[in-house]
Amino acid sequence: MHLILFIIFAGFCLAGAINLLLQTHPINSALSLIVVMSSLAVLYLLLGAEFLAIAQIIVYAGAVMVLFTFVVMLLNVGEEEKTHGSKAAKIIGFPAIVAAFSVLTTVILAIQNKLGGVKLSDGVTPMTELSTVLFRDMLLPFELTSVLILVAILGAVALARKEGHR
Amino acid sequence: MNSQSSQIQYIWQYLPLLLQVLAAFGLGIGMVVASWFIGRHRNTKTKLEVYECGIEAVGDARGRFSVRFYMVAMLFILFDVEVVFMMPWAVIYRQLPKITGSQWFGFWEMIVYLGFIAVALFYIVKKGILDWSTDKGDL
Amino acid sequence: MSIWLFLLFSILKVAVVTAIFLGGVAYTVLLERKVVGRIQNRWGPSRVGPFGLWQPMVDGLKLFLKEDFIPAGVYRPLYLTAPLIALGCSLLSIAVVPFGSQDITVHGVKVFELADLNIGLLVLLGVTSMSIYGIALAGWSSNNKYSLLGSLRSSAQMISYELALGLSLVGVVLRTGSFSLADIVKAQSAHGALSWNILGGGQIIAFLIYITAAYAETNRAPFDLPEAETELVAGYHTEYSSMKFAMFFMAEYGNMITVSCVATLLFFGGWNSPFGHLFPEPQNIVIQALLALFWFIIKVFFFLFLYIWVRGTLPRFRYDQLMGFGWRYLLPIAMLNIVGTSLVLSALMANS
Repeated sequence: MHLILFIIFAGFCLAGAINLLLQTHPINSALSLIVVMSSLAVLYLLLGAEFLAIAQIIVYAGAVMVLFTFVVMLLNVGEEEKTHGSKAAKIIGFPAIVAAFSVLTTVILAIQNKLGGVKLSDGVTPMTELSTVLFRDMLLPFELTSVLILVAILGAVALARKEGHR
Repeated sequence: MNSQSSQIQYIWQYLPLLLQVLAAFGLGIGMVVASWFIGRHRNTKTKLEVYECGIEAVGDARGRFSVRFYMVAMLFILFDVEVVFMMPWAVIYRQLPKITGSQWFGFWEMIVYLGFIAVALFYIVKKGILDWSTDKGDL
Repeated sequence: MSIWLFLLFSILKVAVVTAIFLGGVAYTVLLERKVVGRIQNRWGPSRVGPFGLWQPMVDGLKLFLKEDFIPAGVYRPLYLTAPLIALGCSLLSIAVVPFGSQDITVHGVKVFELADLNIGLLVLLGVTSMSIYGIALAGWSSNNKYSLLGSLRSSAQMISYELALGLSLVGVVLRTGSFSLADIVKAQSAHGALSWNILGGGQIIAFLIYITAAYAETNRAPFDLPEAETELVAGYHTEYSSMKFAMFFMAEYGNMITVSCVATLLFFGGWNSPFGHLFPEPQNIVIQALLALFWFIIKVFFFLFLYIWVRGTLPRFRYDQLMGFGWRYLLPIAMLNIVGTSLVLSALMANS
């Protein structure tokens, strides 16, 4: 049953990703990305990571993608123009993809045993376990995220300023 | 009436959620399709135009908008991350003294975290990013 | 217990809850028209049936029979999906709300709750954050200036107040140590109204933030700028007609009901009676269940009434005031509330 759900939502995820590339209208691409994010959340859930799943929905599908849709909606981005692309891209591109893919696969297969398995499980990791790790062992990275947020806000403000304005 | 709920695995509790999604979409699509077939259709050119209180529409609606909207969306992402990080802290707060071994450690953890966020909030307020009425913030 | 039985019960519960929810939506509309009518010194609907009780049914039928036309300039795929997203999110959020006593189960399935999730509260937040798309896409795909302005205002307003909404929940979670809505209610059951989060829990500030943010989140007065009739005709659903308009309408009132339910659960002790154990509890389990349901419905009704009362009383915010209020006051106060709550909790734990 878990496998069936996994296949369905992995299928959604892939379909969304492919649709994202094929659509010519930016808003459709953005919406496909939302589908990808949401199905990823379901996949996390099937792996037993409840909090990660909902954080994925809240932060990625609900916040990051809102910005994307805002930009697409309000900058009045028109339809993409289909170009045929350069020949070099076709000649080098496909072999390069195949090469990259096979390298990745061999590496993953080689170190498979060291990675430690994650199974599609019925169990759900309780939130308390996550919190324990986050607030005892991973305390420094946690505190650093707040610094990161601060820096990101400074960056956002700097980006949005009018040019040549003091 | 008995309680055997331990026999079903917890993950199945998400099933009703899935069913509810299906029900909602089914209902919505059903209603629209039904009313599409029931209602009459008599379209004229003027009727299909954009509604702007009887005045003929000028130009396209899709224009450019104030950068403040983007700022709000960008700031929202950052503060949303903050909110999401507060959640695992809040849920375990009562057990933190036992986990960290110190009575007030859990409290100070969050004070430091919130301190940085507060500085960020103070900065954007001072910069006038959230001032929609004046043009103080050079946006 | 077999999984098929669980599936069967779930389907039944989904059907019943959806039906009751939609009925509730219809009669909330009637309630609003009646109460706003009385506030404005007129009768409200009173012709169709006794006290106008058939009015929502007739309205629904009318919307069904109306011509459903799609204006020429719209971007069709999104124009058609937007109301679906709005209604879907509205219906989905009710699925994690427990309505009554958790002890009552039939073959191990809880009767008064659709999905008993450990992270129910977070699911609510997630659904809220997704519901922005319904409004944003509706406005954009309509290709109408009023719609776009309305949806733009609305999305910016919703994301701003969502932050304060999320932070106001943290205080409650701090006290309970759980995201499960049923657990949160159970934690408030000790001494009647005195142990409710709003009184005994000292979460009155969090409650006020929650209710303000939730009003903004549902686009209700005094934050109903997306639908400010005088400026924007009807806001993001200007170009919608017939059932597609009705879906936005149902989504809005459905969200009102959900917000009322959640306010009840988080701050007003859910289905617990305000008198606690002052009176002897009835032995019969059915009467117990009905009593729990009674208190829950009374409280939800109170919050719905509050919604309407506020709408009938307060004038609309100006947009710059609205955004300023959300970011500059609500957000810092919510953060201070968290600091205060955790301080008090730590002090209490240190003493004991």
